Amino acid sequence: MEKIIAINGLKKSFGRLEVLKNVACSFDGGGVVSVLGPNASGKTTLIKSILGMVIPDGGSILFKGQSIFNTFDYKRHIGYMPQIGHYPDNMKIGQLFKMVMDIRQQDAVDTDLLKAYQLESMYQKTMRTLSGGTLQKVSAALAFMFNPDVLILDEPSAGLDPLAAEALKEKILEEKTKGKLVLITSHILSEADEISDYIMYLFEGQIRFYKTLTDLKRETGEQKLSRALTQILSSSSC
Amino acid sequence: MLKIAKYIILDIVRSKVLLAYTLLLLAISLTIFMSDADVTKGLVSITTVILIIVPLVSIVYATTYYFNAAEFTEMLVSQPISRRNILMGKFIGISSSILLAFIIGVCLPVSLFAFSATGITLMISGCLLTLSFISLAFFTSTITRDKAKGIGLALMLWFYFSIIFDGLVLLFLYTFADYPLEKAMIALTALNPIDLARILILLQMDISALMGYTGALYQQFFGSGIGIAFSLVMQLVWIVVPLFFALRIFKKKDL
Repeated sequence: MEKIIAINGLKKSFGRLEVLKNVACSFDGGGVVSVLGPNASGKTTLIKSILGMVIPDGGSILFKGQSIFNTFDYKRHIGYMPQIGHYPDNMKIGQLFKMVMDIRQQDAVDTDLLKAYQLESMYQKTMRTLSGGTLQKVSAALAFMFNPDVLILDEPSAGLDPLAAEALKEKILEEKTKGKLVLITSHILSEADEISDYIMYLFEGQIRFYKTLTDLKRETGEQKLSRALTQILSSSSC
Repeated sequence: MLKIAKYIILDIVRSKVLLAYTLLLLAISLTIFMSDADVTKGLVSITTVILIIVPLVSIVYATTYYFNAAEFTEMLVSQPISRRNILMGKFIGISSSILLAFIIGVCLPVSLFAFSATGITLMISGCLLTLSFISLAFFTSTITRDKAKGIGLALMLWFYFSIIFDGLVLLFLYTFADYPLEKAMIALTALNPIDLARILILLQMDISALMGYTGALYQQFFGSGIGIAFSLVMQLVWIVVPLFFALRIFKKKDL
């Protein structure tokens, strides 16, 4: 089966700082991939490169076999939830959704999260008045709204209350069973443990490992992802 | 492109800063027209005020708005729409809202109290000035990553065009007083959109000697037609060129 996203020899540096050094990987449909790594390991840059926000210095990114450079149509198949959502101050929630529908020329197909977060009753509220958590809910609802093949979530549960985070988790698992690819960056290992099928660990701009969660646990003989990670990282650095 | 512009306009129109700007312009024009029976004098006063306030507000507001919407821009880039359309949509959105403020604040009173060739020139060059400084704001916003730096650069540009430039022109004239400077002066004037607007308006009034050294000299060469066409074209250049460079930078920029 053709890979949905294939990355080859991806390089990016900001000034003298090399953020991504020759990253190569590929992602299939029907799985949740957690991209883990310490701060400044290149997680967000990797995600932003896939979304065309960061323009890489070298390498290639193929989306369903097509290079993504200088195109934008492939983004139709991606739903993105940013780390910090921030929208124009005086725009209303309803207006934001309508605008994105206008831009994508798609209707809101999937309103599960809208309902779960009761956002519809807040359509008249302006963005300025919303709390950080509500903004995250808006971003999450927006990412899932158009039933995209690929979901890219950048630290999705940061700032969400436990119930909202739970609803998001259920939604992610539901989308996975529909054969979608879900890419998540996170620092919360317990959460990654519950939902991921694959773990990719980035360290200083390189992929340290990229394995299925079960393989990882089997190799280390640990039950928990956090312990498995500690073990694998401490052993390989010796 | 127009879709983005539409929602940006909806957003800006509700902002208090824009409302304050509209009211300020309206207050200035109305007070000047009410307090002085001589309409031409009123137009001169309005010109003086406008040539300072309009560029300042346009460039600072557009830059601030651009940086405040940085995350929103990221969100737009993650949608299936080209970067060119995003930037142009923003430009159209921001500039039409600021233009709207100018039209209500200045164009409306001027056409009520002083509808003449001078009045029309004032309105047109005010609009062009607004556009060229928004275009410059886009340029400064795309070349910097940092909000403070961007706004600082915008203020410096405004300061340069409205004050330092005239000083430099004077210095230039003084230094090379022994040479014929006519042609050079035309070229120099074209380098400053504020001077272009000033000349365009003053050429209509026969009082150009009153304001700015550049203005006085300019009228000697261009009494009419060609001069107006030239300054209009140059003002358009000041709108198109910074925007063009902003677009080129934005297409390759990491967000």
